[in-house]
Amino acid sequence: MKQLFVLLIGAFFGIVLVKSEVVSWFRIQKMFLFEEAHMYLIIASAIAVGALAVYVIKRFQLKTVFNEEVMITAKPFQKGVIIGGLLFGVGWAITGACPGPIYAQIGSGEYIALITFAGALVGMYLYAFLQPNLPH
Amino acid sequence: MEWILQPWPWYIAGPLIGLMVPALLLLSGKTFGVSTSFQHLGAICTPKSNLPYLKNFDRRDNNWQLVFVAGIVLGAFVGSHYLSINPVSFLPDNYYTLSGMVRLALGGLLVGFGVRYAGGCTSGHTIMGLSNLQWSSLVASISFFAGGLLLTHVLQF
Repeated sequence: MKQLFVLLIGAFFGIVLVKSEVVSWFRIQKMFLFEEAHMYLIIASAIAVGALAVYVIKRFQLKTVFNEEVMITAKPFQKGVIIGGLLFGVGWAITGACPGPIYAQIGSGEYIALITFAGALVGMYLYAFLQPNLPH
Repeated sequence: MEWILQPWPWYIAGPLIGLMVPALLLLSGKTFGVSTSFQHLGAICTPKSNLPYLKNFDRRDNNWQLVFVAGIVLGAFVGSHYLSINPVSFLPDNYYTLSGMVRLALGGLLVGFGVRYAGGCTSGHTIMGLSNLQWSSLVASISFFAGGLLLTHVLQF
């Protein structure tokens, strides 16, 4: 049941990513060139809604529909947040895709994004190899 | 209903993306994010790896990530084939050349390495982390953006 919900939420996310063209290289390019407000407004309004939701969930100690405690994973700071973040940003501007949109580009029929996806897996392995020696 | 077939404006799309946060938390108890799926695929493809990053990964606990990204692929297919008048092109034509493919592979590598090193992507850090007022996610989001600006305005690769 839980996995069915996850699948449906994922599918809904995929539809919104495609229909808002957040997965478009052209939109990402226009964002970094400051030519269009589309991406900024989407990100800002998404955070506003998300933050309000998290506030309400915490304030009223809402439970999941399965009556479980809602646990939000913390994001601890380490040096990789900056170094990895910068490298990701460079890759984002090249490919026009962050991880969610990589999957969405593939699903939408931009099959060349499979190369982006393969590159991302190689990058993940590179991180797995180097992790013990990287500053954290 | 004609508007559904057009590109959706930000004031529809942004709040809907924000709703991913409570939808996942309340319907599945999961924290919104996408990039852990890469680590999960690594743990599956090389199950005997001795690398702590893959060996210590709890696959059972993260199974939902694969279901979630499968949903994204499915939804994207529906969105472009049934909810659009014409299929929209998301990548420039010159990416369908050898040099374009090299760029995508290199860019993809930076995305995969970067998000895993940073511990999250635009979903996990910028939307979820900032919604949860995590200051590391603010640093991450600024770094993502700085990297993008660096490429677009300085490196111009």
